[in-house]
Amino acid sequence: MSTRAVALHEQSAPTPGLDLQRVRSDFPILRLKVNGKPLAYLDNAASSQMPQPVLDRLIRYQIQEHSNIHRAVHYLSETATAAYEGARRKVQKFINARHEREVIFTRGTTDAVNLVMHGFGRALLKRGDEIIVSQLEHHSNIVPWQMLRDEKGCKLRVIPCNDAGELLLDEYEALFNDSTKLVAVTHVSNALGTVNPVKRMIACAHARGVPVLLDGAQAVPHLPVDVQDLDCDFYCFSGHKMFGPTGIGVLFGKAQWLEKMQPYQGGGDMILSVTFEQTVYNVIPHKFEAGTPPIAAAIGLGAAVDYLTEVGMREIADWEHELLTYATAQVKALPGVRIVGTATDKASVLSFTIAGVHPHDIGTLLNEDGVAVRTGHHCAQPVMQRFGIPATARASFAFYNTFQEVDQLVAGIRRVQKIFA
Amino acid sequence: MDSKQLYQEVILDHNKKPRNWGNLADATHRAEGLNPLCGDHIWIALKIQDGSIEKVAFEGESCAICKASASMMTANVKGKRVEQAEQLVREFREMATGRLDVVAQANHLGRLAVFAGVKDLPSRVKCAILPWHTLHAAFCNRRTTSTEGDADPMGLSAANESA
Repeated sequence: MSTRAVALHEQSAPTPGLDLQRVRSDFPILRLKVNGKPLAYLDNAASSQMPQPVLDRLIRYQIQEHSNIHRAVHYLSETATAAYEGARRKVQKFINARHEREVIFTRGTTDAVNLVMHGFGRALLKRGDEIIVSQLEHHSNIVPWQMLRDEKGCKLRVIPCNDAGELLLDEYEALFNDSTKLVAVTHVSNALGTVNPVKRMIACAHARGVPVLLDGAQAVPHLPVDVQDLDCDFYCFSGHKMFGPTGIGVLFGKAQWLEKMQPYQGGGDMILSVTFEQTVYNVIPHKFEAGTPPIAAAIGLGAAVDYLTEVGMREIADWEHELLTYATAQVKALPGVRIVGTATDKASVLSFTIAGVHPHDIGTLLNEDGVAVRTGHHCAQPVMQRFGIPATARASFAFYNTFQEVDQLVAGIRRVQKIFA
Repeated sequence: MDSKQLYQEVILDHNKKPRNWGNLADATHRAEGLNPLCGDHIWIALKIQDGSIEKVAFEGESCAICKASASMMTANVKGKRVEQAEQLVREFREMATGRLDVVAQANHLGRLAVFAGVKDLPSRVKCAILPWHTLHAAFCNRRTTSTEGDADPMGLSAANESA
């Protein structure tokens, strides 16, 4: 480790609010060794790890509470229903939604965006209507809107970004016209880490009467999110990127929109009454939760929300900012390494390329050092096209990561450069 | 497995100085190969006369494993009969997917056996196989090929094909 790094370590002890040793001890998987090296898990933007309280909650549900929800009057069904609806209230509080009926459980962010595409887009948009997306979107906030475009004859307009990976707000404002019916943008870019100025962008859209959907998959695990303060109309995120299980996600939607929207899927639980002549749909949020949901996963997400609340989202954001600042300085100092995405406001993500080395070779070699990073286009090919590269290597941090793990990454990059010298 | 097994000198050397790099103006067969998951993208051009590979060239953008595999492949098949090259395509695929043990079983791979270690890295198997896949497509007069879908070397169709 360089003297500079040591100095930085001393200056940047974790903030008093975040006890790094304690939070690390809550995550059993972080004790793993990979290829004989301590695991440095830096692929949190793809999926994060679960702390012991979430794992314990999942097991308790399975051995003491499991039953179907909203169905029977017996003990287990009542218990499971209370836990499931309790998780909804936890999520509501966590993102500060006005009503718990504005919180819909989905399979994940992708499912949430698709729900809005079907329920809002198919029901309320028509030929010639326009949807604004950005250059920075994950495929899950592009492809559903393209499907809608092709089906309804709508148009997609794209907000460009500059070389730092920041959206160009003047160009954004110029995209609006009388046909603009929705803005669908990411809160935090999964490929570059850019935090978009979404509050300003929402105000701009609302001034023209246009609702806004935010893809919050990369924001909720890293920043305090308040949907009332943002005033977004829809907010989508995933459980497994915020220290909960896979298979569960959330669509927040303002009640006024959800009431107008068509159900996404038909089936049990989303109805009030069914005859062969007519079906009366259930009220929100149940109208959008057809069939037996992933009950355990929802309850696990509730436990993850409790855990994050206890650690503190402000403390998490502050510590991750220090980590990212440190990592950026270390990686930037390496000759031949280019950081892709240099926005002023960033969260969690450090995407980079090494001259003369394909990202997949970087990934394989870093894995041998126990360092887990993602390599590829990160389901954001338009971002790669914008920067003229096929792929990047991406380190993405969570609050349980350490300076030592950043050093492990940097040493790994040096080894890659040596092998390919 | 560690890098000494896969990222050997010979692979690093072919990555740095790929043999038969470029295009052929007088090609009789061409194909484009794409590995959409990691972005490996190569073009292969061949001049085949009387069933023999007179010239072969490749270019594109890819990881070291793919580029070295393509470079060594072109060096290897040049001057060979198409059916000999097709035999190598089969053996290389079987080695890379762990169905051919290059030490225990007879084969014609020679120095190409440096890629045997890729079988322990399932996410990189496609990188090594793509050039061979593309060569086969060129022989069959298919202009484009991919390592996904029906052509997935790790998928069911490949297993069926070898069965």
